[in-house]
Amino acid sequence: MDYVINLLSVSLYEGLAYGFVTLGVYITFRVLAFPDLTVDGSFPLGGAVAATLIVGGVNPWLATLVAFIAGICAGLATSLLNTKLRINALLAGILMMVSLYSINLAIMGRSNVSVLREVTVFKQTAQLFGIEPTTTLSIIFMVVLAIVILGILNWFLRTEIGLALRATGDNGQMVRGLGVSTDTTTIIGVSLSNGLVALAGGLIAQKQGFSDVGMGIGMIVMGLASVIIGERLFRPRGVTTILFAVIGGSLVYRLFLGIALRLGLPPNNLKLITALLVIIALAIPYIQKKVRGEWMPPAARM
Amino acid sequence: MGKNQSLMKLSKVSKVFLKGSVDEVTALDNVMLDVGAEDFITVIGSNGAGKTTLLNVISGVYPPEKGGKITINGQDVTRLSEHKRARYVSRVYQNPHTGTAAKMTIEENLSLAILRGQSRGLRIASNKKCRELFRSVLAPLGLGLEDRLSAMVGTLSGGQRQALALIMATISKPSLLLLDEHVATLDPKTNRIVLELSEMIVQKEKMTTIMVTHNMKHALRYGNRLTMMHKGKIIVDIHQKKKSDLSVNDLIVAFEHASGERFADDSIMLRNTDS
Repeated sequence: MDYVINLLSVSLYEGLAYGFVTLGVYITFRVLAFPDLTVDGSFPLGGAVAATLIVGGVNPWLATLVAFIAGICAGLATSLLNTKLRINALLAGILMMVSLYSINLAIMGRSNVSVLREVTVFKQTAQLFGIEPTTTLSIIFMVVLAIVILGILNWFLRTEIGLALRATGDNGQMVRGLGVSTDTTTIIGVSLSNGLVALAGGLIAQKQGFSDVGMGIGMIVMGLASVIIGERLFRPRGVTTILFAVIGGSLVYRLFLGIALRLGLPPNNLKLITALLVIIALAIPYIQKKVRGEWMPPAARM
Repeated sequence: MGKNQSLMKLSKVSKVFLKGSVDEVTALDNVMLDVGAEDFITVIGSNGAGKTTLLNVISGVYPPEKGGKITINGQDVTRLSEHKRARYVSRVYQNPHTGTAAKMTIEENLSLAILRGQSRGLRIASNKKCRELFRSVLAPLGLGLEDRLSAMVGTLSGGQRQALALIMATISKPSLLLLDEHVATLDPKTNRIVLELSEMIVQKEKMTTIMVTHNMKHALRYGNRLTMMHKGKIIVDIHQKKKSDLSVNDLIVAFEHASGERFADDSIMLRNTDS
């Protein structure tokens, strides 16, 4: 029983934390139709900024906020490459991802920074309530944070700007025709997305006790896998349900991962399994059509 | 020039594609056009005559060549980008998919359209008052859309989507409405419904309109002024009085006279057979 509870609580905690990455990936890939690969660099960026600042004696809350802002800056850079210099979205993301590798090393001064003995947001929250920093506490912490962020996003995507953002991925030509610059909506969306991803990076680094320059590898694939799981499993309709489905996808993904690991899956194979999951999910519609004898256009190249 | 005052002026507007290459195309050649307020101009011409390029230059998709000038209500908009010009100019495209967002609801689409050309902020985009307004503009269409505000636009038929696109283009009452072969992909019955809706809205709102069409009968039946384009130039421009007496044959004669060529465009001739 302890075994199950432990599995569930870790999945819940990690699912919520990585759920912010999933929300970020959802905003770029689905809302904006902007395949942004910056994520693999902005996630460790959040970790690097938060860990380095905390080690330097900065308040962990402030450090986490700066990590969020650093992610926004990374997204801003990618979206400016795309909108102002007209560099293809995929390439702009890859360029930023590669640049961030060096930037993250420069921020940390080495390949990883430990915060095990430092005061993190979790420890500070525990102190605030005069209790031990247990897993239960970090779960409550993440649930509250997730509710706040989901609430803000749910509101934002219904505002005048939010609506224009959603329409940008759906029909950019129409958006421009209605008097909104799709450059502006793209910049807002990609920046916000990477801010969320870096926030997750900062929180994960504080929870696991260190930030590592390689902690972002495969983040984009994990985010996509979670988005797809959420969409297929919960079949959401409307903004609110989509947001919950995306977080739900992240939770289910973590749960599966936890089970697989406990059944003896070597951790080194995780990324391969995740990639296979995404490949299968993306290929299913084509295979279904092929079986039914229907035609499908060749895949896009750019 | 109509009896009304001028709303938009194009002077020496040219557009050359693939400039300097062997494939250089002059899509617009020194076009001069004075659009009077409340004019409803129909534009006909064969493929490649420059009709769509003309609309693209007017709506700011790309600027004209140097020396060309576009003014709307006396203001120079030649260098204004598409999204900035949207305040004055709105457009209904040939493809119903271009004018509407499929993965959003009817209400969300209209909420986007009602703010045409205005700055957008962090207010919730729609409220009860908006929904009442949306129902009141959708009801006259007679398509039942007013009861389906929360339906995804992707679930509507082509005709319904184009009717919605028309409402979206006109709900904020822009200075100039561009109709870009907007019924060409619809079946004959829907085609007529959408055209009649267009005329109804244009007359009710007294909207200045430019309608591009391939169909000579449509060009004759609608509007108060008819123009014909050929090789990037406006070669025929007929105003109200003369226009009402015109027939398709008169148009063909006018074309041959103005262009100095035999009229031999099968696509235009064939299209005369439908509605």
